[in-house]
Amino acid sequence: MKGSRLGPTIVILVAAAYFLLPLMATFEFSLSMIRGVWSFEAYRVVFADPEFRHTFTFSVVAAVAAILLGALLVVPTAYWVRLRFPRLRSVVEFITLLPLVIPPIVLVFGYIRMYNSSSLVPLTATAGGTNVLLVLGYVTLSLPYMYRAVDTGMGAIDIRTLTEAGESLGASRGRILATVILPNVRAAVLSGAFLTFAIVIGEFVLASLLNRPAFGPYLALIGTNRAYEPSALAMIAFAVTWACMVLMQSLGARPAHKARQRR
Amino acid sequence: MSFVEIEGVGKSFGPNAVLKDFNLTIAKGEFISLLGPSGCGKTTMLRIIAGFESATTGRVRIGGEDVTRLPPNKRHIGMVFQAYALFPNLSVFDNVAFGLKVAGQGKAEIARRVMELLELIKLPDLAHRYPYQLSGGQQQRVALARALAPSPRVLLLDEPLSALDAKIRVSLREEIRSLQRELGITTIFVTHDQEEALSMSDRIVVMNAGCAEQIGTPFEIYNHPRSRFVASFVGTLNALDGVAVGEGVAAIDGQTVAVPGLAASPSAEQFTLALRPESVSLSPRPEATNRLNGTIEDVSFLGSVVRIRLRIGGSTLLFDTFNNPASPPPPRGANATVHFAPGDLQVLESGPVVLPEAAE
Ligand SMILES: Nc1ncnc2c1ncn2[C@@H]1O[C@H](COP(=O)(O)OP(=O)(O)OP(=O)(O)O)[C@@H](O)[C@H]1O
Ligand SMILES: [Mg+2]
Repeated sequence: MKGSRLGPTIVILVAAAYFLLPLMATFEFSLSMIRGVWSFEAYRVVFADPEFRHTFTFSVVAAVAAILLGALLVVPTAYWVRLRFPRLRSVVEFITLLPLVIPPIVLVFGYIRMYNSSSLVPLTATAGGTNVLLVLGYVTLSLPYMYRAVDTGMGAIDIRTLTEAGESLGASRGRILATVILPNVRAAVLSGAFLTFAIVIGEFVLASLLNRPAFGPYLALIGTNRAYEPSALAMIAFAVTWACMVLMQSLGARPAHKARQRR
Repeated sequence: MSFVEIEGVGKSFGPNAVLKDFNLTIAKGEFISLLGPSGCGKTTMLRIIAGFESATTGRVRIGGEDVTRLPPNKRHIGMVFQAYALFPNLSVFDNVAFGLKVAGQGKAEIARRVMELLELIKLPDLAHRYPYQLSGGQQQRVALARALAPSPRVLLLDEPLSALDAKIRVSLREEIRSLQRELGITTIFVTHDQEEALSMSDRIVVMNAGCAEQIGTPFEIYNHPRSRFVASFVGTLNALDGVAVGEGVAAIDGQTVAVPGLAASPSAEQFTLALRPESVSLSPRPEATNRLNGTIEDVSFLGSVVRIRLRIGGSTLLFDTFNNPASPPPPRGANATVHFAPGDLQVLESGPVVLPEAAE
């Protein structure tokens, strides 16, 4: 009895320590910029840096754009595949999982080759074009998470019958998607959105190789040049990510009016 | 005047022919049931009328208009599904209003029509509830109101009652029928429950393996089934093994009974006789000149009716008697004699000879 309890407890403690100790150490370090006292001086310096504000804003805007574009791409695709081509589901799922297997570095070199200034679509020729390319890259990176979340959300409602009900009432497919399907997978879309946000905020490879002023490269730059500020930045990035997770959890926990739908 | 015309509709899924040359015309305001066992193609036929499935051959006309190639959202049909299929994100009011909004009606007009329908289904107080806050029966009534709101030309119902429990099923089927009469809407109702079909319909289409086996009023279908399949599917049917022993005379387990219309057969041929439970009684009646002796195998007390199973040689005979407080039903194992009129016996098609008039 005792032994069977002891094992799991030790495992949990070790895991917690593995996770929490570095976090606490980083936090403690970020508070010790001024010798001898604990202060938020490092955070003040970070927030006062205009570069921080610029890069952070850039990444937030890029994340929002990637979320909107991703949702616009994924929701109708998942709907269409489930409705009309259920046999293609595993194929589409495999395609959406590819970004997990192909390293971002490969992706970005591919992009640069495809869209360089002497190509047919010279996106990298201008800053605006490169921003578009970056957002498209982020959509690709977040595809596995977005698609899974939305597809699972659609699995939880009977989209075929709901679509047929809408059609028998005279509605077009587009209208059904907007007024019936989307509201019912809202929680799933949001959880995909927060995952996308968390990925984009700290992303380094794409932003750095496309030479965009994003938060990830800024983090790396500060990390190599300063002592205390990187810890503060790491804590900030961590807090943002966790805020996303908490939002996701709370939105996911609220059932979208489906408790007694069937049976 | 035929309002819905289904002409030679066939449907195959790959090599699998699900519907074969299905023909049916439905008058305006008529209540038609498609009745048949699981997998016989009822849902497929209904979905072809709704436009969710396209017919491989044949055509469908509604109100004179050929709708065979029309998408479902252009057909002006109302559909009620087995699983209710209410929009979970919309309130009862908005569910019912959905079709009206799609049709582009004004706000006031929509509100008036929705409340009118909620009155009709007797749920005016639940307008602001969400589907998950309703019982199954309430959800199905809302689904009915939603389908009826845009005044469709035809109402289609696919086993709308089968997810509900027995009591609600009976009360809701009466409600659907009276609502249908009140609105005079042409209705096609799919069910595999013969009691539902018999009690609700103007006409029943009994389907078997993708074909319309018999089309007729409940009275015709029940009393004059045209085939063995219809006879056995509609109602409880007693099939008794008989041997022809002479003109109009057969033997069941060695006991002779009169069978009008049975031709004399040279050899003692085996065949099957059908007998409805309600034509059999334990007490003699003047016209019930046929009798059979047997052993009571089982007695089930169902309330107003007592259902008795009698064993006669190799066959069993199920029949009902009304509950009589003055005389308890016979005990199991007892011997009993049952009485029935010769005209109640029907020779099923596998038998030797059936004169066509025999059923009339
Ligand atoms: N999309 C489909 N693809 C292939 N076969 C199908 C499809 N839909 C139906 N079928 C087949 O067609 C036949 C008839 O199906 P249908 O759903 O019309 O039966 P039903 O009479 O409604 O039965 P139930 O009472 O069980 O609902 C079945 O054998 C079924 O397997
Ligand atoms: Mg069916």
